[in-house]
Amino acid sequence: MNKQYDDEVLRVEDLTVYYETDEGIAKAVNNLDLVVRKGKTVGLVGETGSGKTTTALSILRLIPDPPGVIKSGKVILDGMDIYSLTEGEMDMVRGFHASMIFQDPMTALNPVMTVGDQIAETLRIHEGLNKADSIAKAQEMLKVVGIPPERAKEYPHQFSGGMKQRVVIAIALACQPKLMIADEPTTALDVTIQAQVLREMKELREKFDMSMIMITHDLGIIAQMCDEVAVIYAGRIIEFGELREIFKDTKHPYTQGLFDSLPKINDDRDMLQPIPGLMPDPMELPEGCAFAPRCKYATEKCNQVIPPKHYFTDTHYAACWRYEDPEFKL
Amino acid sequence: MSEHLLEVNHLKKYFKTGKGTVQAVDDISFTLDAGKTLGLVGESGCGKSTTGRTILRLLEPTDGQVIFEGKDIAKLKPAEMRRMRQEMQMIFQDPFSSLNPRKTVEELIGEPLKWFKVHKTKAEQKEHVAKLMDIVGLAPRLANVYPHELDGGRRQRIGIARALALDPKLIVCDEPVSALDVSIQAQVLNLLKELQKEYNIAYIFITHDLSVVNHISDDIAVMYLGQIVEKAPSKELFTNPTHPYTKALLSAIPIPDPDLQVEQIPLKGEISSPINMKRDCHFAARCPYATEVCLASTPELVDRGNEHFVACHLF
Repeated sequence: MNKQYDDEVLRVEDLTVYYETDEGIAKAVNNLDLVVRKGKTVGLVGETGSGKTTTALSILRLIPDPPGVIKSGKVILDGMDIYSLTEGEMDMVRGFHASMIFQDPMTALNPVMTVGDQIAETLRIHEGLNKADSIAKAQEMLKVVGIPPERAKEYPHQFSGGMKQRVVIAIALACQPKLMIADEPTTALDVTIQAQVLREMKELREKFDMSMIMITHDLGIIAQMCDEVAVIYAGRIIEFGELREIFKDTKHPYTQGLFDSLPKINDDRDMLQPIPGLMPDPMELPEGCAFAPRCKYATEKCNQVIPPKHYFTDTHYAACWRYEDPEFKL
Repeated sequence: MSEHLLEVNHLKKYFKTGKGTVQAVDDISFTLDAGKTLGLVGESGCGKSTTGRTILRLLEPTDGQVIFEGKDIAKLKPAEMRRMRQEMQMIFQDPFSSLNPRKTVEELIGEPLKWFKVHKTKAEQKEHVAKLMDIVGLAPRLANVYPHELDGGRRQRIGIARALALDPKLIVCDEPVSALDVSIQAQVLNLLKELQKEYNIAYIFITHDLSVVNHISDDIAVMYLGQIVEKAPSKELFTNPTHPYTKALLSAIPIPDPDLQVEQIPLKGEISSPINMKRDCHFAARCPYATEVCLASTPELVDRGNEHFVACHLF
């Protein structure tokens, strides 16, 4: 369990999510704990299949069921116990208390509805506005994300990728949620457009005093956008800390491996240092630490027992057995 | 005879569409020596992939020359071109869609050997495939599996083995690591570097990822709307970027270090349409420094010393 804070917007405790299929059970998220405080942005970083998106979808109860099953855990969002709400209550939570931005703006928007109507729809459902008011507010939201309000009458195909993602952001922000979950929001965009969108997201989260979960595989975006970082591997957070703790005092061998794999702009190394091997199949997770088979520091114990959190400061922990030895350093 | 392995002169590739002519590649020139890497970078739609494909004559050039080992390949007859193809290969971005799902790893890697009748017997070919698998780091037990059973990194290794099979002198790599996770991306980048050293292969490395291109390239050419706007040795380009677009592009890369956050140079708007472009600087509409002269004519790529070429009226 994580430390309690007075200003928690989100608390996830012991979340375990499986996908139960004919081929077997994929253990996507395993006993995951996460706390997001008011006004803070937490980065969730990990590779394909590490469980980032499943975690996000579980928070909003959007896991496709079947095959997805929430096996255990508790999610407290804005004081509400999410897993005890009815479907009707959940509809009000989504968009109003927390909303989500998906990676691909091309598929997140309805192609046969004007963008203005798509933003207005959210406002009518959640805030009970009438048609005229909701459209006026939708135009205002477009202005907030840097799109001329007169374009409210246009359809998604008339917008470029960067503009579409701004429309998605406008929908997500329309009801001023306390928490925004952004799942790879700029991965489909070119780098100069990504820079524009990230800059806007930064301004907007301050303007609306929002907390954010930023899901990405890009450590550069984490460094630019986040206050705290959770590194996720095989469905577990294996290291958590404030931004500088993760980047400047890296503790987990996997986090270190991620940094060593990155080609850097100001870097003359001839060869990169990749992490050997692959992430384990979530259907066949190893018994002990999931990273042990790829870890050069692994011992017998690492292969047998799942490591607990080892705290270095109040805010920084790594799930690694090797820190039982006070002399151990990466 | 040219001393360079590859010489591209004033290459153009236009596509006629209902709305007008798309000037996808618009007068590009560069040279590449054996065993070296030229990085081609730019954003979606800048013409970098079309350039790569036109150089291999997978697309017929509209105008200009592609001189490979002293021969203008645009002028080769089909039979000669077919022979030439052994020397020039390609690695594609998406290892999920570029491999035939109904062929095994061994069949996939053996395909180019079969097409060019490199071996007389099946046993010889099998041996060659085994050697190629070893070179790219695919375990022998994978010979009889199908691509869908493999992860992206291993599939990309199949693509690399296929490209290597005929001992090419040039490989055009079109975003070969963009679909891979960083830890796997590093494995594949290291492999490409090792192969280059071992076999003296030249690469044209097409990517939108500037940190990857810096790592692998000797020279880098930055493209914008079908033209090279800046070209220089990698180190020179990154320490001394000159074209306003290159500067903006470099400043837009998120740097994975909280202490090295640079001031971004914001760009106005988005890339404009490549259809029926005017004879202006194509970047002028988004350039923070544009003046009237930028709208009047297209700037030439000029050598500013240190093999650093820039196409900008302001310099």
